[in-house]
Amino acid sequence: MSAARSGTAVANGRFARLIDWVDERFPLTSMLKEHATEYYAARNFNAWYVFGVLAMVVLVIQLVTGIFLTMSYKPSAEHAFASVEYIMRDVEWGWLIRYMHSTGASAFFVVVYLHMFRALLYGSYKAPRELLWLIGMVIYMALMAEAFLGYLLPWGQMSYWGAQVIVSLFGAVPGIGEGLVEWIRGDYFISDITLNRFFALHVAAVPLVLIMLVVMHILALHETGSLNPDGIEIKQYKDSRGIPLDGIAFHPYYTAKDLVAIVIFLALFSAVVFFAPEMGGYFLEHANFEPANMLKTPEHIAPVWYFTPFYAILRAVPSKGWGAFLMVAAIALLFFLPWLDRCRVKSIRYRGMTYKVALGAFVVSFLALGYLGLQPATPTAVVAARFFTAIYFAFFLLMPFYTLAERTKPVPERVVYHAHK
Amino acid sequence: MSEEADLSRRHFLTVATSVAGGVGVVLAAVPFVASFKPSARAQAMGGPVQVDIRKLEDGAMIRVVWRGRPVWILRRTEDMLQRLASQTVELRDADSNESEQPEYAKNALRSIKPDILVVVGTCTHLGCAPIERFDVGPADLGADWVGGFFCPCHGSKFDLAGRVFAGVPAPTNLAIPPYRFVGDSLVLIGDDTGASA
Repeated sequence: MSAARSGTAVANGRFARLIDWVDERFPLTSMLKEHATEYYAARNFNAWYVFGVLAMVVLVIQLVTGIFLTMSYKPSAEHAFASVEYIMRDVEWGWLIRYMHSTGASAFFVVVYLHMFRALLYGSYKAPRELLWLIGMVIYMALMAEAFLGYLLPWGQMSYWGAQVIVSLFGAVPGIGEGLVEWIRGDYFISDITLNRFFALHVAAVPLVLIMLVVMHILALHETGSLNPDGIEIKQYKDSRGIPLDGIAFHPYYTAKDLVAIVIFLALFSAVVFFAPEMGGYFLEHANFEPANMLKTPEHIAPVWYFTPFYAILRAVPSKGWGAFLMVAAIALLFFLPWLDRCRVKSIRYRGMTYKVALGAFVVSFLALGYLGLQPATPTAVVAARFFTAIYFAFFLLMPFYTLAERTKPVPERVVYHAHK
Repeated sequence: MSEEADLSRRHFLTVATSVAGGVGVVLAAVPFVASFKPSARAQAMGGPVQVDIRKLEDGAMIRVVWRGRPVWILRRTEDMLQRLASQTVELRDADSNESEQPEYAKNALRSIKPDILVVVGTCTHLGCAPIERFDVGPADLGADWVGGFFCPCHGSKFDLAGRVFAGVPAPTNLAIPPYRFVGDSLVLIGDDTGASA
């Protein structure tokens, strides 16, 4: 008994000496303290605050499954489609790895959209977190590029024609459009050459950029500190040791909470992977089970669900140039959010009715556009898309006015938190 | 040697090395950016395509691939040409002023020979492939439809000369590739040396 205890003590002593040895050469302990055990976040986080961590979980899933897919995939027009089928049928567990990757793409956008909506709810983009928001927006754009590039790789009908539609959008750039399109494709059409370079960008260039941006995003977050559902800066009230009174250490308190979210997420994720990997054609479109055929357009081209709000905006405009411009503007306006919102109150809990109504209208228009982007462009659908496009843009362009005139409620000094009994 | 740093000299050197380094970075980027352009092989594969149209019947259309683009060759019948001349729909670019075509195809029929239409079968909106709808007055396209091309992606309509209707998403007429006839039976797509209006 005592021999065992002293044995543990000796082991602990050895481990402590090893950590000391490392710390003299690499800031291991100080980094763990800064970013985990002594990183203080407000104690009143709610369920909206799990999606950042979940996005990182999905990133890891995508990186690991992606690496294993490259081992059996062939990035050539001749072999790509067959190599994906080979992964699905002949590679041991290949179907699982591929379904995890394809489901992961949609899961990524689910958690990122919820993560961004959280920011809209509680004003996470407001000063001093403007850079945090901007880095996040660049991550979102890199993610869209990554998803688009990856969608060409299976070389199915929807891969091919989706890429055709999106790449030709660059032709709308005044003056250099056609040359730019040729430069992106590396050919006079979407060809083997295009597939090969999209593969390189999808598996090497964009993931590297994404990882770098995620690190920057976390560093920026830990510099300003996380906000909370009350939209109050907890650094205003600190105890004698300089620890925020309303703060609790990220580790172990929030890591434990996040683990619960991760378990729930993985349960839902597994349910999709095992029972509905195609999600009725929304995650994997039916037309993509046919190899790419450059002479035959699918009856109905729709991008995957996460792009459809912007696709609906593109189609709502009867001019290619202006349609493309509005689509880019719809994303670009999000970058300006910290400066468009003039209200001093951050959290929706204490904001006025105007913002609540505006945010509600924005969410409805975003979802409606997402739905319309999946449907064929009938005249009724186009009129509806124009209506919701107008609301989408009104949310941003009128924001400086309605947020300034907002009747807000008094914000409490300290966060509101009722402990469970 | 003075204790004080010569700040203006330091500033000059900072700017000079930054500019020199910046020029170097830009020049070093040139090969990488240029490597994205169509390669010599891609350019060679994009050479002209020869098509024999002797067996092309009246009202029939064949598809060939030139530079990965579907090129359609349609032998229009007398009836088709009459319907084309008498159609009443509003065209966005009836005189093909905004559209892509060689000078010798910039006419009402958008062709060198009246009956033979050579056209790129790619919608000028977003590159989908329109489908041929040579039937007259079908239920889905309306009673005033006299035959033409319809794009199922976003509903663009084109007449039998590939001219775009007004009020549809496609901005311009279907493109006419450079081409010429070699004798009566051969069409050379992608090469128009010696062709004229």
